[in-house]
Amino acid sequence: MTASDDTPGDDAAGLDRTGKLHLTRAAPDGEGEPITGLPFSREIGMRLHRAEDGVAVVSVPYDERLVGDPETGVLHGGVITALLDTACGWAVMATAVKLKSTATLDLRIDYMRPATVGETVFSRAECYRLTRSIGFARAVAYHSDPNDPVATAQGAFILDRADDTEGHPR
Amino acid sequence: MTRAAPRPAERQAERDAVLATLTGTVPYNRLLGVRFDRLGDELTGRLPFREGLIGNPLLPAIHGGVTGSFLEITALMQLAWDQVLAAMDAGGEAAERIAAGKFPPFPKTIDITIDYLRPGRPRETFARAQVQKTGRRVANLHVEAWQDSRARPIAMLRGNFLMPGPGGG
Repeated sequence: MTASDDTPGDDAAGLDRTGKLHLTRAAPDGEGEPITGLPFSREIGMRLHRAEDGVAVVSVPYDERLVGDPETGVLHGGVITALLDTACGWAVMATAVKLKSTATLDLRIDYMRPATVGETVFSRAECYRLTRSIGFARAVAYHSDPNDPVATAQGAFILDRADDTEGHPR
Repeated sequence: MTRAAPRPAERQAERDAVLATLTGTVPYNRLLGVRFDRLGDELTGRLPFREGLIGNPLLPAIHGGVTGSFLEITALMQLAWDQVLAAMDAGGEAAERIAAGKFPPFPKTIDITIDYLRPGRPRETFARAQVQKTGRRVANLHVEAWQDSRARPIAMLRGNFLMPGPGGG
């Protein structure tokens, strides 16, 4: 697959061929749009519900392929990690600062309870602080009530600013 | 036990087969294509590259969530495998259950911290876990993932895991 094969259409979210984040302003917490620009996010059916003002909402539907505990049918923790990482990265990209891209530096995740079998998991992330080089984000994973979290996360993201000509020392 | 003790080569082949079965019981392991090699009691996770694991198609780089998942899978599999080995060595009923494909419940992740050191390039990734401590209830692990060189890890995980059984949850 090449980058150009992967350019999202108008109804999809992802990185366009120049590396700029492409997204439509979906209604908050609405049905959202499939994330087709990131192959793994597409593979597990992630959807973007919101991305503005440093806040992103991303979801992943329940899918038997994503199960971590064959006895109970509960989703694998790694699926929640992928969801929280994607939501945090998107929140960083959705700040007012123009960024070419961002990459996760570190991510800390606390698992509060198993995800409910059969239910979609949402993650709401906010980028609460930006410095010249780093975006700080936190996120919560939940089913219907963010106050009853499946997991929480906090992370640092390195920024590749659009106005940086030399690229980022990484 | 009426079964005669297997010869060493048979024993190794049997353990490889049990490890492959244990790995395959987890659907998410199968989706990612994770496999495990074994040297003594130490596992090495292997994540062959495929296009569907990419996060950023422009670099291209493996999705951070995939690398994070792979680290967590390696931690959980090392802990589960330690339990399976103990049961096989114990013989008797415990070993019979393993032979019948009935494994102890997997440990549960309490918390993890992942450091991303280098982008995951489009090639096979490896991972090994070190158990820093196993208590009655909680195990602490350190996992590293690398590609071309063991000395140049692409990501690391530290985490606490709740052990199944009477002491744990």
